[in-house]
Amino acid sequence: MSEKIVFKYIDIPAADKLSVYREHDGYGNLKQLLTTMQPSQVTEIVKDSGLRGRGGAGFPAGVKWGFLPPQSDKPVYLVCNADEGEPGTFKDREIIEKSPHQLLEGMIIACYAIGATRAYIYIRGEFVKGAHILETAIREAREAGILGKDVLGTGVEVDINVHRGAGAYVCGEETALLESIEGKRGQPRLKPPFPAVVGLYDCPTIINNVETLTSLPDILANGAEWYRQLGTEKSAGSKLFSISGHVRRPGVYELKLGTPLMELIDVHAGGIREGHTLKACIPGGSSVPILTATECETARLDYESLEEQGTMLGSGAVIVMDDSASIPHTTSILADFYAHESCGQCTPCREGTRWMAQILHRILAGGGKPEDLDLLLDICDNISLKTVCPLGDAAVGPVQSAVTKFRSEFEALIASSGASRSVAATKSGSEV
Amino acid sequence: MPFAFTSEERSEIDELIGRYPDRQSALLPVLHLVQRREGWLERDALRAVAEVLELPLLHVEDVATFYTMYNLHPVGRHHIQICKNLSCSLLGSAELLQWLKDKYSLTPGQTDSDGRFTLTTVECLGACGDAPVVQINDEYHANCTPERLEQILAKLE
Repeated sequence: MSEKIVFKYIDIPAADKLSVYREHDGYGNLKQLLTTMQPSQVTEIVKDSGLRGRGGAGFPAGVKWGFLPPQSDKPVYLVCNADEGEPGTFKDREIIEKSPHQLLEGMIIACYAIGATRAYIYIRGEFVKGAHILETAIREAREAGILGKDVLGTGVEVDINVHRGAGAYVCGEETALLESIEGKRGQPRLKPPFPAVVGLYDCPTIINNVETLTSLPDILANGAEWYRQLGTEKSAGSKLFSISGHVRRPGVYELKLGTPLMELIDVHAGGIREGHTLKACIPGGSSVPILTATECETARLDYESLEEQGTMLGSGAVIVMDDSASIPHTTSILADFYAHESCGQCTPCREGTRWMAQILHRILAGGGKPEDLDLLLDICDNISLKTVCPLGDAAVGPVQSAVTKFRSEFEALIASSGASRSVAATKSGSEV
Repeated sequence: MPFAFTSEERSEIDELIGRYPDRQSALLPVLHLVQRREGWLERDALRAVAEVLELPLLHVEDVATFYTMYNLHPVGRHHIQICKNLSCSLLGSAELLQWLKDKYSLTPGQTDSDGRFTLTTVECLGACGDAPVVQINDEYHANCTPERLEQILAKLE
């Protein structure tokens, strides 16, 4: 069943305008929250709600806030991750363009809980329109006294600025993102120390995804118990799912966590294109292991069930492929992407992603060798868990799973090109 | 003429610097500002950016070359960017590239002789529900087909 929490304003015309947002009770509970609740109570509610980070890692949001040092003489920063770079993901753009004040309200709540007075929204550079909408919303909120030194007359200080990226997938990784705000190349930092202790400008910093922050106003208004009742025991609440590829109605749908994957594909997204059948599906963004059509039948969209199936919920980006798709080809597209986006800092990722892409292209071009598949798996093994940031593992996910689950398709391609090579060799009278 | 900021740009840069506790953080936004005006980042402009932000030129170059959106060479009046990632490929981005090659003799990385169009392929634009997606300058175009692209390009001088 669909739920409207993050998307409660999505169908209201002009809800990006402050006046419209307020007419529909936007910022309605904020003043009361800031005057009657302690910051620690807000954190407790978020912890109790079970809200998990919606950017991809799925780490409990309230627990993350709890990692801030209890005493610090440095300012605390909140950073909203609006980089939305994971291929297949296009949900945060919907929030930003259609309901920016809901995000700002969530950010004010988070700032209050963690004791931050300054926050940044790191938005990917290509979202020029989204950045403009956010700038306008921030200006409106400042003029209305919702942002600034005295939020709604409560004495709480919060100001928010937009920072545009400039085209780098790796900047979705939180420490690369911080480097990018600091005006540097977006190369991830070693952890620990974690950003909650040493983050932006070496100060304690909390980084949360757009959807995570946008979930906060309703959780605080309705309570942790209300939120927990949606979804499953370990995956509370609702989540936005971006579905694309070979379906009739691609788009973003908000569903309770735990919804069957096939309900998203067949009911909400209208099913597979006419005359075709489901072949495979990537359930959580390009970096998570692929599912076969049979695996899709039993898959549920929550953190724990997909983990049991050896994949991940990730950012909730579902890419659907029908029987017209060639898995060696789709895998090479993703391998190209990771080779392009590796920041170059760690050798296993810098070299390994390029090797994987080259081998896959060799196979597609008819030059594949039988040993190439084990070579690919060997490279995966040499990248996995051997890099500073998760980009290396992200590159491994699609290749390792596709070669393992669709091995016969790769083998057939290699065998057919091997056969045509030996025919050519026989014709020219030479040995292979 | 060496690159110089106008007084309006100077005040915009001051406003950008004011958003952060240090000047260096304004580097990405100031590079965006230069590219908005010039279309690309010439070396002389990078020197002016280094000066205004009180940074070594080397650092400015280091950053400008890291991020793919910064153009290090001149681009045409209209920058056509075709997404070649998975969802767009599944739904026909290769046909769009073929069509641009047949109709306008454009291949990725190329600018046409009269400087009207530059074509590049890009990675995921974060709009996969609208695949195939083409970004022209700052604007996204959804569900592109050769016919639709032809209508869009015809309107661009």
